[in-house]
Amino acid sequence: MIAFIIRRLFQSVLVMLAVGLIAFSLFRYVGDPINNMVGQDTTLEQREQLRERLGLNDPFIVQFARFAANAARGEFGISYRHRRPVDDLIVERLPATLELSLVAAIMALVIGVPMGVYTGLHRDGVLSRIFMAVSLAGVSLPTFLIGILLILLFGVVLQWLPTFGRGEVVSLGWWTTGLLTVGGLKALIMPAFTLALFQMTLIMRLVRAEMLEVLRTDYIKFARARGLTNRAINFGHALKNTLVPVITITGLQLGSIIAFAIITESVFQWPGMGLLFIQAISEVDIPVMAAYLTMIAFFFVVINLIVDLLYYVVDPRLRAGGTAGGRV
Amino acid sequence: MASETGSRVQRFLDSDIWYSFTRSPITVGAAIVTLAMFVAAVFAPWLAPHHPFDLATVDLLDAFLPPAWIEGGDPRFLLGTDDQGRDILSTIMFGARISLGVGFASVVFAMVIGVTLGLISGYLGGTVDSVIMRFADIQLSFPAILIALLIDGVARGVLPRDMHDELAIYVLVFAIGISGWVQYARTVRGSTLVEKNKEYVQAAYVMGVSPLLIMVRHVLPNAMGPVLVIGTIHLAVAIITEATLSFLGVGVPPTSPSLGTLIRVGNDFLFSGEWWITVFPGAALAILVLAVNLLGDWLRDALNPKLR
Repeated sequence: MIAFIIRRLFQSVLVMLAVGLIAFSLFRYVGDPINNMVGQDTTLEQREQLRERLGLNDPFIVQFARFAANAARGEFGISYRHRRPVDDLIVERLPATLELSLVAAIMALVIGVPMGVYTGLHRDGVLSRIFMAVSLAGVSLPTFLIGILLILLFGVVLQWLPTFGRGEVVSLGWWTTGLLTVGGLKALIMPAFTLALFQMTLIMRLVRAEMLEVLRTDYIKFARARGLTNRAINFGHALKNTLVPVITITGLQLGSIIAFAIITESVFQWPGMGLLFIQAISEVDIPVMAAYLTMIAFFFVVINLIVDLLYYVVDPRLRAGGTAGGRV
Repeated sequence: MASETGSRVQRFLDSDIWYSFTRSPITVGAAIVTLAMFVAAVFAPWLAPHHPFDLATVDLLDAFLPPAWIEGGDPRFLLGTDDQGRDILSTIMFGARISLGVGFASVVFAMVIGVTLGLISGYLGGTVDSVIMRFADIQLSFPAILIALLIDGVARGVLPRDMHDELAIYVLVFAIGISGWVQYARTVRGSTLVEKNKEYVQAAYVMGVSPLLIMVRHVLPNAMGPVLVIGTIHLAVAIITEATLSFLGVGVPPTSPSLGTLIRVGNDFLFSGEWWITVFPGAALAILVLAVNLLGDWLRDALNPKLR
């Protein structure tokens, strides 16, 4: 057990170092950082001074160590475009993305699990077939297209819901939330649903497959022989045993929800980190790119680590199985 | 020679695969739709009713015409026109050309890398194997779209702007390809591990056939079934990824729009009521991906000996 944890921790550190190296090389070697910081009229001498002062003439390894130390403290320099420290920008955008992602994850679970249980119990029912067909559409329709269609229907034609932004937000210290106002909640519905839809289909299919498998097992047959009610068997015994993989996969998917939030945020102009990142890419705003990359990698590594440890603790059968694949 | 091709066709018509294909109406439908869209895309310059990127034939006075069956529509433009007076049907056909081209190229690229690494990994084993597979594990824990975005972002930083526009399609193929090789590598490695212990491989080895030849001529053909299945499903994924990147504005340049770019452009006119500029390219994309997915699902079941 301890050897396993140490090996996984070592691997995680290695991944973070690799990502850090990519982020650092981006920052250091893509374009000239000095050119991006100073104005046109700075003399060569001043540039050279700044270069020396920022330590850009130091050996590679020293610079990388400094970058890593700063990154660990959450400092990623100054955005070329916004002319503000990157960490400020990210802290400002973080609540929007986290709120959207969490609401989407909850939505996916709350709708996906019952749909999965239903299709597992009534595999040939009409409703089951409809659910399965819808889930195929959920896999085939790209996220951004779903968002656009929702905007067209509920935003433009019916005019029920706002089509962009977060609506009214309330500040709680440094955290801003849209969950406490009607406007904020209304603005959240469409983006959260768009983001949740794919995960929802994934969870539904997973729960369905697990239910079908569990319902075939002997202990379910024994439970029926003992005369337990269907309700107790289906929910007390069968569903409970399907939940381990569902919870771990939802955990793993949390990372990909945050990554897919890039697309959703872009469709709904949701002021989160994803929108910041995509703007940074098209404007080659490297400090922001480097920071987002390092952060999201850290997030993924932590989630994967936790899930791996959970696998190990909860269900030894799952240890041999591979990791769950994400979309795309 | 002719009789041999004849017998091959006959063999194919007698095969299980053809039988299961003809027995599934949904699959036949998906195949017809896919084929139709392929033909429309590949032969777009000859089939399209207009040449949307030939400035001489585009008239700004035709801009924002609704589809032909709606009042105010023009029978010359079946699905209406966009903000520059271009025929939507024609832009879709030309856009599908780029979408499919990038999709296919990325799949082939990912397949070549994945199959090669999978073969090496499975055949050599040892340190090489664990390094490649560790790398695959790590990459698989990140969503492919993020990796593709990252590669595109780096390329944007490294290449000067005008050069990037020129090379954008190649960058995109590279990015989508790199983000998708792992599935192939894992599958091929698995098959290789099974095949390499079989007698025919050992016989070839004893006969003095070089390892490279054994891998390519003997092991690889036996691993190709699953690779084709992954390839089909990956094609759908690659098309979606390309469309998503183009929609986000980091894909192909606007001068040669793919379906994703068309949706992005049309998105600006959604609020002023010109829905057809977005909805038709969107529908084309969705139908294409759905059809390819259905074909992939069928192929997976047809090639799976357990289900026969």
